[in-house]
Amino acid sequence: MMLRLATPLIFLLLLVPVLAGIVISFLPAFGFLPALGGNQLTLQWWQTLADVPGITHSVSLSLIAGLVTPLIALILVLLFLASASGRRLDSWTRRLISPVLAVPHAAAAFGLVFLIAPSGFLFRLFSPALSGWDRAPDLLIINDIWGLSLIAGLVIKEIPFLMLVAMAALPQINPEQRLAMARTLGYSPVTAWLKVIAPALYPLLRLPLFAVIAYASANIDVALILGPNLPATLSVRLLDWFADPDLDNRFLAAAAAILQLGVSALAISLWIAGEKLLGWLTNGWMQNGQRRYCEKPLQIVGRAGVPLALSILVMGLLLLLMNAFAGFWRFPDTLPDEWTLRHWRSAGMAIVTPLSNTLRIAVPVTGLTLVLVVASLEAEHRQQRERSLFAGLLYLPLIIPQVAFLFGLIVITELLQWQPGYWLVALGHILFVLPYMYLTLAQVYRRFDTRWLQLGATLGATANQRLWRIRLPMLLAPLLTSAAIGLAISISLYLPTQLLGAGRISTITTEAVALASGGSAGVIAVLASLQAILPMLAFTAALVVPQLVWRQRAGMRDTRDYE
Amino acid sequence: MSNKPEPASADPRLKLEQVHIALGSTTLVDLDCTIAGGEIFTVMGPSGSGKSSLLAYLGGFLAPAFTASGSVRINDQEVTGLPPEERRLGLLFQDPLLFPHLSVAGNLQFGLPAKAVDKKARIAAVLNQAGLADFADRDPATLSGGQKSRVALLRLLLSEPQAVLLDEPFSKLDTDLRRDIREQVFLGIRQAKLPAILVSHDEADAEAAGGQVLRL
Repeated sequence: MMLRLATPLIFLLLLVPVLAGIVISFLPAFGFLPALGGNQLTLQWWQTLADVPGITHSVSLSLIAGLVTPLIALILVLLFLASASGRRLDSWTRRLISPVLAVPHAAAAFGLVFLIAPSGFLFRLFSPALSGWDRAPDLLIINDIWGLSLIAGLVIKEIPFLMLVAMAALPQINPEQRLAMARTLGYSPVTAWLKVIAPALYPLLRLPLFAVIAYASANIDVALILGPNLPATLSVRLLDWFADPDLDNRFLAAAAAILQLGVSALAISLWIAGEKLLGWLTNGWMQNGQRRYCEKPLQIVGRAGVPLALSILVMGLLLLLMNAFAGFWRFPDTLPDEWTLRHWRSAGMAIVTPLSNTLRIAVPVTGLTLVLVVASLEAEHRQQRERSLFAGLLYLPLIIPQVAFLFGLIVITELLQWQPGYWLVALGHILFVLPYMYLTLAQVYRRFDTRWLQLGATLGATANQRLWRIRLPMLLAPLLTSAAIGLAISISLYLPTQLLGAGRISTITTEAVALASGGSAGVIAVLASLQAILPMLAFTAALVVPQLVWRQRAGMRDTRDYE
Repeated sequence: MSNKPEPASADPRLKLEQVHIALGSTTLVDLDCTIAGGEIFTVMGPSGSGKSSLLAYLGGFLAPAFTASGSVRINDQEVTGLPPEERRLGLLFQDPLLFPHLSVAGNLQFGLPAKAVDKKARIAAVLNQAGLADFADRDPATLSGGQKSRVALLRLLLSEPQAVLLDEPFSKLDTDLRRDIREQVFLGIRQAKLPAILVSHDEADAEAAGGQVLRL
């Protein structure tokens, strides 16, 4: 009975805010926002938006980041899978994916800053010996006007995501069999992979890729840290307008949010057009019978790309920790003169509230979502039907730019006179936590060997007993992993926290991003380290707890077949 | 358990009337038979012939793609309308399927009806009888193939089924062990006077069962 309500409730929780948010976003964009005296529809704000200096540049930046990021990430992931499968490199990389995936975007971006900034670790390594610099050079690497460091930051963070999605999708298409078949026909490994596996794998990556496009074209946290300043990306500028004390700028921000929606939609449309074009171009190539195609170069790129991206991520994280404990650290010195807890002490009091807020939101949100997801999957199992439509809808909050519907949501809450704060933030977090938790758990849940349940039934166990005494205990490890993912997502959310909390609910993520321009490196490093450490703790617990609980049960420790 | 404690009828039996199972327009099973308590009815046939569908239908988990009709009575009680857990049809699978998250005793206790008394003592007693005296706290993953099969049989018998379904439970065992386990399973079924249906493609199984044989 209660179970049946779960799926409709999930629809309600995801669809209503997203769709209502988008529709309502259109109103202030056309001048209608009675609370601020906008009583009639007008195109005035679109004119204002068009006249904003550098707006075309901002839009192009967002569009380019939105297209180039997924393109590079996809190429590197596909080439890696094509050339490294089955090698030791492959298993190391796979093991690294989950922990680095847990690192919030902002923490990864700060890590990159500490690595490639002119005063960063890379330049220290080469200075002064090779470069001759004894002062940090005056180069615009971070915040470069073309958004290259922004794209780099996005690429290294999206690669683990695409890797995970691809690794989860691959078993569905029988890669070994396909590959063996092509190899026996004389195709060299990489060519064989690209010709017989990539075309079957790609459709399974499409929705996640759209999510990457939407995020890359509309994100705010990474763009605030790594993106250009003059002008900034569209998303950053519209947040500035939204936060402007001059309330008239709210209308401008609303118009820009709709423009952002258009930019992300355009990026996805261009991507789809690119798919068609590529499909048409490669149609002949697929069938031309050529057995070997640039094997060596592709192999080199494939084996180097993803591991390099992951190394940069990991290096960045280490640098976060180093900076968090670094005392005086003169420029060309590779390592700091001394290690200190000073930054932790100076961040000390300021951390307490954000940290407790972070947990106060993440833990109940994850717990509630886990219950909802399990209830929905169990109801689906008991009614014996799968909902393929469901997966597409789950991606809705991930494919539609956050700003576009969050603005509308805020207008709605203002109309209803709901106070922004904890409850709204928590509700907003569910929107983003739910899809990821559902997607990660659904697969394992549906693949659970039904013979266990049939056996339970023949032994007299009712449906509820089968759930509580068989399925849930046997799925302990994936349940905890899914919860860890939920915690990681919630901890990493910037925009929903910032907007739905009206800036009053500070978490470690909002604090860290707020310090991006002009904060002390040490304090930023402390906050970003915490941001990275919390999800990692959750993932570690998700690995260790089942090992402890099942330490006497060998059969439960080996059955991690979902990896 | 919603079943009324039926007076264990003097002559327990499993009665299948005009059981018809089809996939699309292909008829897989068409069966009419009565199986007495202690009798083992063997269904032989190559894979894909509908043996497993028959067991799934009887057990109550036939996939919706199949269409099935007919009547199944256990001791004169119609069970086709009942959910699997109320049919009291014990099932042995190809694999012993001992729950990996429970101990050996935990697995047996899972089989015992909730209202059973002296659970610990009964479990100890059956383990003792089966020559598995010290196995109560063992991790099922550490048992040998034969031991696992025996625990699975004990678990089935403890659940007090009214009839038993055997889904090629010996097919994955080595030849020696196979005969041994088969004897124990058949003995358990006959001692408890349970009607049983065995699905197999091994002639030796049918011979040892000694009951009616249906070839699909």
